[in-house]
Amino acid sequence: MAYTEKVMDHFANPRNVGEIPDASGIGEVGNSKCGDIMKMYIKVEGNVIVDCKFKTFGCGAAIATSSMATELIKGKTIDEALKLTNKAVMEALDGLPPVKVHCSVLAEQAIKAALADYYTRQGIDPEPIVGKIQECDHDHGCGCSDF
Amino acid sequence: MRKIYADNAATTSLHPLVLEKMMPYLTTVYGNPSSLYAIGAEAKEAVESSREKIAKLIGANSPNEIYFTSGGSEADNWAIKGVCRALKKKGKNHIITSKFEHHAVLHTCKALEKEGFEVTYLDVYENGIVKVEDVKNAIKDTTALVTIMYANNEIGTIQPIKEIGMVCREKGVVFHTDAVQAVTQVPINVEEECIDLLSLTAHKFHGPKGCGALYCRRGIRPEILIDGGAQERTRRAGTENVAGIVGLAEALELAISNMEERNSRLTKMRDRLIDGLLKIERSRINGDRVSRLPGNINMCFEGIEGESLLLKLDFAGISASSGSACTSGDLDPSHVLLSIGLPHEIAHGSMRLSFSDDNTEEDVDYILEQVPVIVDYLRMMSPLWEKIKEEERNN
Repeated sequence: MAYTEKVMDHFANPRNVGEIPDASGIGEVGNSKCGDIMKMYIKVEGNVIVDCKFKTFGCGAAIATSSMATELIKGKTIDEALKLTNKAVMEALDGLPPVKVHCSVLAEQAIKAALADYYTRQGIDPEPIVGKIQECDHDHGCGCSDF
Repeated sequence: MRKIYADNAATTSLHPLVLEKMMPYLTTVYGNPSSLYAIGAEAKEAVESSREKIAKLIGANSPNEIYFTSGGSEADNWAIKGVCRALKKKGKNHIITSKFEHHAVLHTCKALEKEGFEVTYLDVYENGIVKVEDVKNAIKDTTALVTIMYANNEIGTIQPIKEIGMVCREKGVVFHTDAVQAVTQVPINVEEECIDLLSLTAHKFHGPKGCGALYCRRGIRPEILIDGGAQERTRRAGTENVAGIVGLAEALELAISNMEERNSRLTKMRDRLIDGLLKIERSRINGDRVSRLPGNINMCFEGIEGESLLLKLDFAGISASSGSACTSGDLDPSHVLLSIGLPHEIAHGSMRLSFSDDNTEEDVDYILEQVPVIVDYLRMMSPLWEKIKEEERNN
């Protein structure tokens, strides 16, 4: 298993690590049993995501995909952020080893969870807009779906 | 930047003296040991004198009890499949092993389950040591084989092999041990320890990769695994890896000659490193601290994940390994760490360092400098660590 240079760059120098104290939305996906948790903070002004930060517990790919996902949505409109896919995160990193694809799914879901929280705080039901948040794509009875 | 290789349980450097002994067989003495002409006979002589040397070094009665293999995995496969299939014909269909064997043993046992064998996987408890009493209680009339590793490859815990060997001898059950990690790190004598079969491999003690051996006590006849020519007294086919065999014998002799001195040096380094790393909050040492290979350190740091720790260590010039799921390409963390009762979330944050002759006290200093900084950094960005600290505050 080898990571691309971009993955290594985003792991070694992750962008946007940290918290936003007055965040407009916070999303958290994954769980400790599976070995990865991502927490995303977004700050929305008007219709634009003016800031985005993350904290991640996980492997190199989990940290790199979180970092890349924040880069991809920062400065974008909410509509643009809603369109972010795990594929786009993967492509931006020049690919991931097959066993690490789930990290990019988690990064996409973490962004969606932050957006869902943003809508909920506005008193808007997020599900019709954001869809269902899938917190774990693991299929080994880890009980992630119970979270 | 400093470069520290601290993954000697994975493999070791080739000792220059070993390479020197191997060189003629990679260059001028290229004959096939089965051939009659001079360079064939010379190669044959090298194989046989190596066999003799190895037999003496592990306390075997006769060189004829040593069979060369491609390595530890083949030796394990042959010992287990060979003995079990042979004894199945006598109505024996039960195997006893432990939960934390190397995959070469565990997956072989799983394969035999498909052939109709029943396998008992013994507990290894929190300290990572099999209880002799459990072995005794698990043996029944149908037991074909007991296979328990000499020392665990991840957490380095040394098993009570002599006691298990004595129980098996008393009960008339064949006993195999995968001693791949233990050979040259623990004094081994197959006769005194009642071992019937023992697997070893050269690359764990500064020998070449691709060459191992199976000790098989006279009178025990495992079925043949590799069919073909009449090499290894018709028991294991294939043209001998002459250079590898010469390297194996030389490396074994070298490593055993200074074992005592090395063990006392490495034990001191190991204990200093463990004590130093345990100062990191919410860290733990995995496996018994005393009945442990001299060069093995296996620790967990809560709130971080093993692969990112390894990558960061690599950036700092330190080669280590981890039992995290992410390094194995598996979803679950190491079966060894789970077998000693660690919860998944803690097992994910493990790190194994393993020392050899090549390591120094300066390496320990450098690791003690680097690891706490890396752990702090990863915790700073970990939402799991945030939760752990929050729970601490609430209690």
